[in-house]
Amino acid sequence: MTNNLEKLPKDSFERITIDSTHAEKITKPSLSFWQDAWLRIRKNKAAIISMFILAFIVIMAFVGPYMVKFDPQEVNVTHANLPPKIPGLEKWGIADGQGKLGTKTLDIYEVKKIDEYYWFGTDSLGRDLFSRLWMGTRISLYIALVAAIIDVFIGVLYGGISAYYGGRTDDIMQRIVEVLIGIPTLVIVILMLLVMEPGIWAIIIAISITGWIGMSRIVRGQVLKFKNQEFVLAAKTLGASDSRIIGKHLLPNIMAIIIINMMFTIPTAIFFEAFLSFIGLGLQAPAASLGTLINDGYKFLEYQPHMLFFPAVLISLLMIAFNLIGDGLRDALDPKMKD
Amino acid sequence: MTKYITKRVVYMFLSLFLIASFTFILMKLLPGSPLASAAKLSVEQREVVYEKYGLNDPIPVQYVRYMGNLVQGDFGTSFQYKNVDVSYLIVKKLKYSAILGAQAIFVGTIIGIILGMIAALKQNTIWDYGSTIVAILGISIPSFVFAALLQYVFAVHWQILPVGLWDGWTSSILPSIALAMGPIAIAARFIRTEMIEVLSSDYIMLAKAKGANWFEIAFKHAFRNALIPLVTVLGPVAAGLLTGSLVVEQIFAIPGIGEQFVKSINSNDFSVIMGTTMFFSVFLIVIILIVDILYGIIDPRIRLAGGDK
Repeated sequence: MTNNLEKLPKDSFERITIDSTHAEKITKPSLSFWQDAWLRIRKNKAAIISMFILAFIVIMAFVGPYMVKFDPQEVNVTHANLPPKIPGLEKWGIADGQGKLGTKTLDIYEVKKIDEYYWFGTDSLGRDLFSRLWMGTRISLYIALVAAIIDVFIGVLYGGISAYYGGRTDDIMQRIVEVLIGIPTLVIVILMLLVMEPGIWAIIIAISITGWIGMSRIVRGQVLKFKNQEFVLAAKTLGASDSRIIGKHLLPNIMAIIIINMMFTIPTAIFFEAFLSFIGLGLQAPAASLGTLINDGYKFLEYQPHMLFFPAVLISLLMIAFNLIGDGLRDALDPKMKD
Repeated sequence: MTKYITKRVVYMFLSLFLIASFTFILMKLLPGSPLASAAKLSVEQREVVYEKYGLNDPIPVQYVRYMGNLVQGDFGTSFQYKNVDVSYLIVKKLKYSAILGAQAIFVGTIIGIILGMIAALKQNTIWDYGSTIVAILGISIPSFVFAALLQYVFAVHWQILPVGLWDGWTSSILPSIALAMGPIAIAARFIRTEMIEVLSSDYIMLAKAKGANWFEIAFKHAFRNALIPLVTVLGPVAAGLLTGSLVVEQIFAIPGIGEQFVKSINSNDFSVIMGTTMFFSVFLIVIILIVDILYGIIDPRIRLAGGDK
């Protein structure tokens, strides 16, 4: 080996010197917090697929009702209880309009002489379930999103004030929280709905009335952790105002945890809305939400299983997607996991 | 520790007091008369009935009496059933709900622990993914969707189990499975994380170095330590079971408290609603208190921290 080396031409080598002035040079482009998080969440296949599913559901919630010519609330008794029929798929034996009539299985559309296609069938009042499903999804998502935003807003405000000002303020505010946290969410939500007029806002208020407590505790813990760190002290020394310290220094640092928590608050709110509608405390007809659709579908489960099938699958998909994205975000935003 | 328990008990009573007052205010705020056919009664008759139920007294007097009755466990009489005490109704229905709940917790936790153990010991294999999928489904799919599915498949389609009502132990199988999904998912996720953490700790490495076999490491060393924190999830599990029982009992027509609660909501039977609400609150608050105290006793590391979580 050593002998061979000598035979190599001298001019193919070049002497390099280490330039000490470049020792501190950063070779990789610096990434912002969110770029870094994106790089990591990209590797999480379950979270990425969930994002696509969620995006699809959200888009459909807006576009879906207009894809068919039927109105989601229009009653048409002659078209009641139709099984799903989708053009194209019918030749394959799925969604071909076959349904039980008495004991025989027939093409109900032919029997009733209906030319239209109800993609997901109709309910007992002849309302088109496809447009109802997406209308319901839209309302469920709206309720969940608004409830989550209210939770975050109150939670951040309460937890932030409590931790940032500390001392007696913190003491009093935390004693209140300790009493409130003992009250079971379910109980308070049901009681609230009994007195309020049923509707979207009643559900939102009922869900967020206890929902903010968890968020406020997390925010308080985070603010307590950061408020005595050097960078905050430095800002204080330089004369930054309280609002500047909170807005520019503390909030960006706890943003990740707030967002992760929101991803878990939203599915909880979706579940609560569906749950309340299922036990008869939620939205009233003819308004549709995923919960009321499941409730309607359940009543006709034995003869019209398609009525339960579609909303049940959709709510499960939504919940799974939110939970997986939440899990993915938690892993991606955790600074301890940085590689 | 005693100081911590005393503090927690005081807060517990404060929370309960708040709920009780809140329910009283709501009862007074509720529109309409508590009498079914108030319009048919003459003024004198109404006076007699109001006098009998003490509705003529000033609100503060009613409040004190209501609180006094609550402390003695008297929730009043049902509007829906004639002359039935709400507390009697609750005690009568408790049995069925308790059986379902106990079965769901017992079976659910055991299956959850097994799934979590498998996932942790065979990390990043098909076993791990399988049990993670079960856990995600269990957390995500609402219990009433799952219950309806079970009912359709096993009771309506295959007809191997009863559709509903309480007719011996077989009636409890489907609702218990539906309720167990939550505990399975929570326990499996929890045990997996805990086991993975414990398995990478120093004393497990020492046990491996000493040549302890796989079985001994997994069960004697890792599992025992992973099990301790599982106590903490009992609170959320109990809350989840309660929420679930409302709908699952409704779906399977089990004559339990959950079903009674939903029934009284739909028939505006306010005294039963308030009674069950108080019962649920006491149940959950006491469970969470017991769990917190238990955890402090089991895990000495918590005790040092003074329990101020």
